Amino acid sequence: MELQLRGITKRFPGVLANDSVDLTARSGEILGLLGENGAGKTTLMNILYGLYTADEGQILLDGEERHFSGPGDAIAAGIGMVHQHFMLVPVFTVTENVVLGVEPTTLAGIMNMKEAGREVREISTRYGLEVDPDAVIENIPVGIQQRVEIIKVLFREAEFLVFDEPTAVLTPQEVEEFFGIIRGLRDAGKAIIFITHKLKEVLEISDRVAVLRRGKVVGETAPADTTQEALAEMMVGRPVDLVVDKGVAAAKDVVLKVEDLYVADDREHMTVNGVSFDVRAGEIVGVAGVQGNGQTELVEMLTGMRLPASGTMELSGEDVTHEHPRGIHSRGVAHIPEDRQRSGLVMNFTITENMVLDTYYSAPYSRGIIMDWDAAEAATTSLVEQFDVRTPSISIPASNLSGGNQQKVIVAREFSREVKLVVASQPTRGLDVGSIEYIHGRIVQARDDGAGILIVSTELDEVMALSDRLLVMFDGKIVAELDPKEVTNADVGLYMAGATP
Amino acid sequence: MTAIPETQKHVYSPAELRRARYLGITYIVLALFVLWFFAVGSVGEGDSTLKLVKPTDRFKNFPNLVLPAAIFSFVVAAVFASLGAVQLTRGFKRLGNVVLAIVLLLFVFSFLTWAAAGKSFSFVGMMQETVKRSIPIALGAMSGVLSERVAVINIAIEGQLLGGAFVAAVVGSAINPWVGVVAATLTGVVLGWVLAVMAIRYRVDQIIVGVVINLFVLGLTSFMTQRILNDNPQFNGSEVFKSIEIPLLADIPFFGAVLFKQNIFVYATFVLVAVLTYGLFNTKWGLRSRAVGEHPKAADTLGINVYGYRYLNTLLGGAIAGFGGAYFIQGSVGQFDENMTNGRGFIGLAAMIFGRWHPVGALSAALVFGFAESLSGKLSILQTPIPSEFLGMAPYIVTIIVVAGLVGKARPPAADGQPYIKE
Ligand SMILES: Nc1ncnc2c1ncn2[C@@H]1O[C@H](COP(=O)(O)OP(=O)(O)OP(=O)(O)O)[C@@H](O)[C@H]1O
Ligand SMILES: [Mg+2]
Repeated sequence: MELQLRGITKRFPGVLANDSVDLTARSGEILGLLGENGAGKTTLMNILYGLYTADEGQILLDGEERHFSGPGDAIAAGIGMVHQHFMLVPVFTVTENVVLGVEPTTLAGIMNMKEAGREVREISTRYGLEVDPDAVIENIPVGIQQRVEIIKVLFREAEFLVFDEPTAVLTPQEVEEFFGIIRGLRDAGKAIIFITHKLKEVLEISDRVAVLRRGKVVGETAPADTTQEALAEMMVGRPVDLVVDKGVAAAKDVVLKVEDLYVADDREHMTVNGVSFDVRAGEIVGVAGVQGNGQTELVEMLTGMRLPASGTMELSGEDVTHEHPRGIHSRGVAHIPEDRQRSGLVMNFTITENMVLDTYYSAPYSRGIIMDWDAAEAATTSLVEQFDVRTPSISIPASNLSGGNQQKVIVAREFSREVKLVVASQPTRGLDVGSIEYIHGRIVQARDDGAGILIVSTELDEVMALSDRLLVMFDGKIVAELDPKEVTNADVGLYMAGATP
Repeated sequence: MTAIPETQKHVYSPAELRRARYLGITYIVLALFVLWFFAVGSVGEGDSTLKLVKPTDRFKNFPNLVLPAAIFSFVVAAVFASLGAVQLTRGFKRLGNVVLAIVLLLFVFSFLTWAAAGKSFSFVGMMQETVKRSIPIALGAMSGVLSERVAVINIAIEGQLLGGAFVAAVVGSAINPWVGVVAATLTGVVLGWVLAVMAIRYRVDQIIVGVVINLFVLGLTSFMTQRILNDNPQFNGSEVFKSIEIPLLADIPFFGAVLFKQNIFVYATFVLVAVLTYGLFNTKWGLRSRAVGEHPKAADTLGINVYGYRYLNTLLGGAIAGFGGAYFIQGSVGQFDENMTNGRGFIGLAAMIFGRWHPVGALSAALVFGFAESLSGKLSILQTPIPSEFLGMAPYIVTIIVVAGLVGKARPPAADGQPYIKE
């Protein structure tokens, strides 16, 4: 089967998100779709899925024109989508999420959950998507949630599967498993469209690559005929430096010191079990670890969002263990949170409002109780430019930005004031290569200006490249302190899995 | 993914610890209170007799519950003190809420024995009254559950009850009581439709729409009562439905009288609670409704009509509240009075929250509120030294205490109150 997008154009107020795009997906083939943040990838896929209607252009299925007035029509035509931000109901079980909208029923709309559970189990064994059908979504890790999304699509018997940045939230092991799964799907005759920012992945998995820039298709190629550097240049329109460029660290005084920290998660499990370390001014400390080993709670504690069960935290010698986020913040700590939509932005605030979210209460953004919006807008305009946030205006809500541009807003805000400690969790999640290059540059620059930096990331390549000192976290403890120049990725991987090389 | 081993020690979050301490101190305070007022206060007053059957019951010789008032309250005070001590030192872990329920129950009994010391009073009568009075609250709460499960906040329940009651009185008197009930139900639907259109289509703030509907209905019904009903009593005197005895079950001592000698509204409420519970958690409609209330965008991307479900449930909820309004007429006094619902709709909302948006929970909460109301009614007969105005406040005080978090944190549907904007 063949799915063809022909001349698709989509305009948002002030933005030409898609500019007569032509794209074809075929059964038994994986199409990699690349493009910088805001290039229009998600928009294009939403049109295909019936969530948006195109202003111009056609969708052809095996040569026959189709009109989708809603996702229901697209699903019926065999199109399935795993969204960039998962569309799962957190309080529902796996099975409930899978069957939602196509519930198997006996008479009078009574659901046959036994049958549903059986089908879920069948799909999960057939495609190697291991899940517990009765687990509640909010209690399972993102990697498994993604499998649920895939099962959801397969349950609807989709022939065309769209994955919007599926690997952004996965750990390296999960990415490997995921690749196994989609290869299996391709071999089973499905057509797959795979969106990512990771060039390595595109080269590894796709059969064909298309690149989008500013709403237009700027090139199509096969992985065998290209390189990471060439793809990066095609995407961004200029050569991109793919390795982090940094000098030797000059570590000075200790800015952050935590001692024997114990922190519990929301379900009262102790997930941080006696962690002690320090971060000095002028160095970058990386914390590597598989998701769910206590990093989330550790970062929340360090930024005042969660109280520890025991232990202490000092900032430049001052005890701040029980400080509120504002207290920590006003002592010069910047925080790039793990979940940008939940704790990084107020989604229906404008970019300007989001940009001064942490400084609005002091000069120059307010005098007494009066806000000075002119000052806020001036600052926002310059930050948007510096950090290359792609937006038609600074007065649109953050929810209208593409995922990567939302991330840039947070980074811009956090780097816009004097900081002496940066706590960054997955700082470049969902960013394109050009933006990663820029943000890594800013982090290194902040270090050289004398800030202490703590980078917590599940992205091994990123922490290896950025850190001057690397801690590995496993099961709530720091299990190793390494010099990234002297270890290999494989060794760190072993520590991350709880073994010793 | 490495799972955290299950064997790890249980650690309390600061919020949990705070609540545990708060509860422990509450238990100790209650112990002192019971000791001082109820125990010491009933020394030398003799026994309290709580009647468990009525003279008209089949097994009318069933024994009464006779408690030595002072001793009982001393024991209760001692129990509270030790529970408080345990709560403050070890905590009850999973049993926390069970202990809380037992404490509240014992407190009420201690209070009753004190109030009835040396006298006898009809406990069965009070419980029968409890069930009756909880009905409009429960129906209001069901209405709330239905609409809030699809994320539409319905503050207008009060207005729907009042409007339903008014129409039930007029139509019930003019035509017949059954038609009155149907008309009341339809009135609820119409008011629900106004709410739905304003909240879903025009995305007006749902609280404001609800308040406006309440004020509108209160004003309109009061005006019409003064101008029309007061001068035309033939339009304000509907027949009241009689109690129906369920064969056999009605003969069970105590429970028979409380549960199975009631009118059709009571039975309808129980059936409704059962149907809604089953429907919400076992049918396609229920799953989709809950999805729409939790994550409308996810529902939308699966081709579910978010607006459709919001309209449907808001109208159904209106129907239930309108039906609840008819209770005040055909199920109770037969006659409409200005503002006769007197805040029951709001208490229904509290019952919904207390019951954690679950029909059975909401019914249980409604029973607690019904009990508080019937208690204040009965106690004025027992001539306690407490001023009757205070007793009248009891239901509201219970509401505040309960909602203020004695039961711990309840989680509303995630999208509750948020309009959904389709892209
Ligand atoms: N609902 C919307 N309203 C207005 N503008 C929008 C809306 N959705 C997206 N846009 C704009 O359309 C452009 C394309 O966004 P899109 O989300 O498709 O980018 P993307 O390629 O998926 O980027 P990313 O890699 O960052 O996710 C962006 O400039 C964005 O700001
Ligand atoms: Mg996107």
